[in-house]
Amino acid sequence: MSIAANPRQYVISFIFIGVASIILIRLFFLQNFEAKYKILANDIAIYKKVVYPPRGVILDRKGKEMLSNNAVYDLMVTPHNIPKNFDTLQFCAVLDIQRSNYNSIMRRVQERNIDVRQSTFMEQLSQEQTAKFKENQYMFPGFDLLERNIREYKNASAGMVLGYIGEVSPEMLKRPRYTSYHQGDYAGLSGIEWQYEEVLRGQRGVHYLERDKFNRPRDPYKEGKLDSQEISGKQLDLYLDADLQEYAEKLMANKIGSVVAIDPQTGGILTMVSSPTYDPNLLRGRERAKNYAALYREPTRPLFNRATQAMYPPGSTIKPMTGLVALAVGAITPSFGLGCFGSYNYCSRPIKCEHKDAGHASNFRLALAHSCNSYFCHIFRMTIDYKSFKNVKEGLQTWHDFYSSFSYGRQTGIDIPFEGKGALPDTNTYNKMYRGVWNSCTVVFVGMGQGELLLTPLQMANGMCIIANKGYYYTPHFVRAIGKNENDTLLKKYHEKHVVLNIPDSTFSIVQQAMQDVVESGTAAGAKVEGITICAKTGTAENKAIVNGEVIKMQNHSMFVAFAPRENPKIAIAVAIENAGFGATWAAPIASLLIEKYLKDSVTYKRKAIEDKMMGAHLINKYVYTIDSVLRRRDAMVYENKMRKRYVTDSTKRATDSTMAIRWLEARLRRSKK
Amino acid sequence: MTSLGKALFYRIDGVVLLLYVLLVAIGISAVYSVEHHVGDLTFFMMNKSYMKQLIWFGYSLGFGFIILLTDSKFFSSFAFLLYTACLAILVITIFAGVDVKGSRSWLGVGGFKFQPGEVCKIFTALAVAKFVSLPETNIAMTGRHVMKTYKDRIIVGAIALVPALLIILQKETGLALVYFCFLLALYREGYPTAIYIIAFSTVALVLGTLLIERKILFVVLTVLFGLIALLMRQTLRRKLIPRVIIISAFLFSILFSQVAVPFVFKHVLQRHQIDRIFGTIGMEVPDEYDKTMVEGEEKKGNSSEYNVLQSKIAIGSGGLFGKGFLNGTSTKNQFVPEQSTDFIFCAIGEQFGFVGSAILVLAYLSLMLRIVFIAERQRSTFTRVYAYCVACILFFHFAVNISMTIGLMPVIGITLPFLSYGGSSLMSFSILIFILVRLDADRQTLIR
Repeated sequence: MSIAANPRQYVISFIFIGVASIILIRLFFLQNFEAKYKILANDIAIYKKVVYPPRGVILDRKGKEMLSNNAVYDLMVTPHNIPKNFDTLQFCAVLDIQRSNYNSIMRRVQERNIDVRQSTFMEQLSQEQTAKFKENQYMFPGFDLLERNIREYKNASAGMVLGYIGEVSPEMLKRPRYTSYHQGDYAGLSGIEWQYEEVLRGQRGVHYLERDKFNRPRDPYKEGKLDSQEISGKQLDLYLDADLQEYAEKLMANKIGSVVAIDPQTGGILTMVSSPTYDPNLLRGRERAKNYAALYREPTRPLFNRATQAMYPPGSTIKPMTGLVALAVGAITPSFGLGCFGSYNYCSRPIKCEHKDAGHASNFRLALAHSCNSYFCHIFRMTIDYKSFKNVKEGLQTWHDFYSSFSYGRQTGIDIPFEGKGALPDTNTYNKMYRGVWNSCTVVFVGMGQGELLLTPLQMANGMCIIANKGYYYTPHFVRAIGKNENDTLLKKYHEKHVVLNIPDSTFSIVQQAMQDVVESGTAAGAKVEGITICAKTGTAENKAIVNGEVIKMQNHSMFVAFAPRENPKIAIAVAIENAGFGATWAAPIASLLIEKYLKDSVTYKRKAIEDKMMGAHLINKYVYTIDSVLRRRDAMVYENKMRKRYVTDSTKRATDSTMAIRWLEARLRRSKK
Repeated sequence: MTSLGKALFYRIDGVVLLLYVLLVAIGISAVYSVEHHVGDLTFFMMNKSYMKQLIWFGYSLGFGFIILLTDSKFFSSFAFLLYTACLAILVITIFAGVDVKGSRSWLGVGGFKFQPGEVCKIFTALAVAKFVSLPETNIAMTGRHVMKTYKDRIIVGAIALVPALLIILQKETGLALVYFCFLLALYREGYPTAIYIIAFSTVALVLGTLLIERKILFVVLTVLFGLIALLMRQTLRRKLIPRVIIISAFLFSILFSQVAVPFVFKHVLQRHQIDRIFGTIGMEVPDEYDKTMVEGEEKKGNSSEYNVLQSKIAIGSGGLFGKGFLNGTSTKNQFVPEQSTDFIFCAIGEQFGFVGSAILVLAYLSLMLRIVFIAERQRSTFTRVYAYCVACILFFHFAVNISMTIGLMPVIGITLPFLSYGGSSLMSFSILIFILVRLDADRQTLIR
C-alpha cells in the first residue's frame, strides 16, 4: 500500500515547520521587543520589605531607663497550615480564651484574608500567654509568634515630658515634616518623642525579597545586594532625674499645678511636672485613642502641659525681678526704704499689704523678706518714672526690654513642642488698653506681679536661674546627649549662654542676699533646709474667673520660686499650685522638699510629717469642675449656633435654588406656549 | 535484509532516543527550577515534584526496556484488543472518575491516580494504524470500490474520534481535542483534502465571527468569495455544481455571521455562557452582547486571562538570554498557575530567554521531522501510520501548549510532551516513543 514519495508527507512536514516558525516569530517579539513584561515581572515578583528599627531609648541623668522598648508578641495564624486534627480545646486552654471566641476570630481571619497568608490572630499577648504558648508551640502548627516593639515607660512618670507615639494620620502625611513617612508608620506626637523624632526614629531598612503570588516573601532578591540595613534610633540622655521626677509627681498628687526644676549651670531640666499627671503607658498600643479621649474629657485637663503652657500671674515671686530692674536702672539704692502701714495709698485706690508693723520695708532686704506690696509697687513706679527716661512710656519700654531678656513674654526655646509665651505688657499693650492715656499709677500692679504680666512656671524657674547665675542662663532643655554625643548639632543652641541686659554682679548679690533672708527670716521660713543656703521667694497670686456670668474671686494661686545653694547653684525651682492659698503654705514646702531630695538624695525623717501632709493634701478646687462644665457648655452652644447658622444658610440657598428652578420652568412653559 | 541479522541494539533509532532523553532532562530541570528555594538543603527531597518526575522517568525507561524486548508483532496483533479495553476503561471513568477541578477524567487505583484519556492515545494510534494497514482496507481513492472506501473512511474516523467523545463526556475537552490530530495523520494515507478545507474554513468562520466586527467581516467575506469566483470563473461558467456550492457557502457564511450568531448571543445564551466563550478566545465581551449585570454583582476576572497574562509576563521578562537558571522570579514564586504542568514552558522562557526557547522549539521540530522521516522509510503500513500518529500527537500538544502560553491560542489544558510534570503524561509519551522505536527497529520486516 505504500505510495512512494507521497507529496502529502511534505505537506505535513511543511505544516510542522510553519507552525514552529509562527511560534518562534511570536516568541522573538514577545521576549525582545515588549519591555512592559519585564517591568511587570519586577513589579509583581519583588517585594519591598520595610524593617523598622527599635526606637531610641531615653535615659535619665543617672543612666536609668525612662523610656525603652519592650518586646510584645502578636499571635499570627496561617489557616492553611492548621492540620485537620488540630486540638482547638487545648489551644484555647493554653491561651485562656473561649472556644466561641476562637471560632469567631478564625471566621473573621478567613473572611478578611486568604488561607495561605499570615494574618493576626491576637495582638499583644500577655506575658503569661506568651510563655504558655511558647512552651506548647510544637502542638499548634499554623500559629506563630511575631515579635514587635512597643514603647515602655518605666515608673510610669514624666509622661508629659516624654510624650507618646502614634500612627501617622493621612492628614499628617500631607505635611512636609512627614514626607518620608508612609501609612502605618509610627511617629512621636508630643513631648521629646515629637521633638527628637528624627534621631529617635533611626533609619528604616529596606529589604528586597522575591514574593510569590500570595504575597508571601521568599528568597532575597539578587542575594540582598540592593538591600539597605536598618539603623537603630539613637539613645537620648536627659538631665531629668527620674527619682526626683517621681517624687515631685507624688508631692503634686491631687493638686492642680506644676513644678519646674532647672540646673542653672547647664540649663538642663531636672524635673517638670504638670499636675494632675497621667500614666503614659495608657497612651500606647491598641487603647491609645480610647484613653486619649477619656483623658481629654477630664475636667482637670491632664493633657494640658501647665509647666510650659499655663499662664499665671506670678504674684510676689516677681518681686526679686522688680527689685533687680529698679536697682539696675538706678531708681533706688539697696538702702531705700518706704514707710508702709498696711496699704499703699499713693495711687487712687489703696493697695493692701500684709504687714502693718513699722519698719518692715525700711530697706530692700527687709522689704523683700517681708514681701511688702507697697514697697515694690512704689519702686516699680520709680523705675518707670525714673528721671533719665523721657517719659513713662520709655521707662516702661526699658522695663519691658529687661524682662524680655529674662525670657519673659516669649518662648524660652525648650525642646518640647507647643510651649506657651506667657504675657509681657509693653507700651503698645497699655496704649491699646487705655487709649494712650496712662501713667505709672495705672500699671502699678505689675510691680507686685498682678495685672497684665503672666508667666509660665518654666519662665519663673528660668528667672531663678538668671539670679542664681548672676546674669545669664542657658535655654532650658531636657536632652544632654544624643547617642552619647553631647556636641550633636541639634544640641548646639542649648550650649549658648544668654546674657541678660547689663546688670552688675553686685546688684545680683543684693537680690540673692534678700532672697536668702526670705527663707531665713522672712515669709518662707518653712522652706528652710539644714545645711543648704536656699534663696527663695514666695508668692500668692490673686486670680479671678467667670462662673455663671459673674466674675468671682478665686482662691489664690500658691507660688514659690527658689534656687540653692546660693554659693554654687545646682537647682532652680518654680512651683505653682492653682487655687491653693498662700505660697508659704503649699508651694514652699514642696519646693524645699524637692531641693533637699535633689541635693541630699533623701529627705530627713524630721520632715516626714511635712512630706506626708503635702502628699496627702487634696487641693483641687471645686470650681475647676464648675468652670470646666461652663466652658464645655459654652463650647457646645457655640458649636450648636454655628451648625444652626449653617443649616439656615443651606436651607435658604436651597429655597432660592428651587425658586429659581420653578421660575425657569414657568418661563420655559410660557415660551413653549407661545 | 542484512540489517535483520544485526542485534536489536544496533537497529534502534538513536536520534529519536537522544532527543527524547534531552527533552525529559530539560523538563526535569525546569520543574526543579520552579520548585527550588535557596533554603533547600539537599536536592533529594521526596516530596518535591522534580524527584517524583525523576522516579517516573525511571519507570518510563524500565517500561521502555520491556517494550524493546517485546516482539514487534505483539503491537499489531493486540491493537484492537487493547483499544477495546481502553474504551471500556474510558466508559468506566465517566462513572467512577475522581473529581479533579470539575472534570472526571482521572481514575484512582489504590493510592495512585492516572488519566485514561492520556494513555488511550497510544492504543488509539495503534488501532488506527492497524485498521489502515489491514489488506482489505482502502481509504485512499485508488480502487474501484467507492462505497467501500467511504465506509472505511468513516470507520477509521470513528476509531479516532470515539475516545474523544468519551473524554468530552468526562468534561476534559482539551484532551479530547488531541484526538483530532489523528485526522492529520490520516491525511497522509489519503483522506480527502475537502474535509480539511471545510473544517479549516468553518473554524476560521467561527473565530472570525467572534473576533472581527460584523460589518468588517461582511466586507471581508464578500471580497473573499468574489476572489474565489474570479479565480474559478472558467469552471463556474461551465459547471453547475461548483456554482451552487460557492453561492450556498457564501450565503451560509453570511447568514451564520450576520444573523445566527448575534441572535443566539442575544436571546439564547446566558451571561455566564457568553463570558466563558469570549474568555476561551481571550477577549472581552463586546458591549452588544454584554447582558446587564445584576445590581451589586462584581464582574469576575477571567481566570484564563489571568493565567495567560502571568505566563506572558514570565516569558516576556526573559529577554534574549533569560534571567539565568534558578533566577526566574515569576515562575519560581508561583505567579503562573499550573506552573509545573501546563505552563512549564514559562520556566524555560523566563530563565533561558529567546535563545533557550528557540533551542527547545527546534528540538521539538527536529524530533517531529525525524519521526516523519522514520515513517517514510518503513516497509509496513502499520508502522508508517503509527509513526505519523505519534508525530501528529506530539505536534498537536507542542503547538497548542506553547501557543497558549504566549497568547496565540485560548487556554486548553493539555501538557507539553516530556517537559510537563505529571506521571501519566510522561509515561504515555515515553510508551509512544518506545513502541515507535521498537517498530522502527523491525522496519525491514512487514508487520501486519
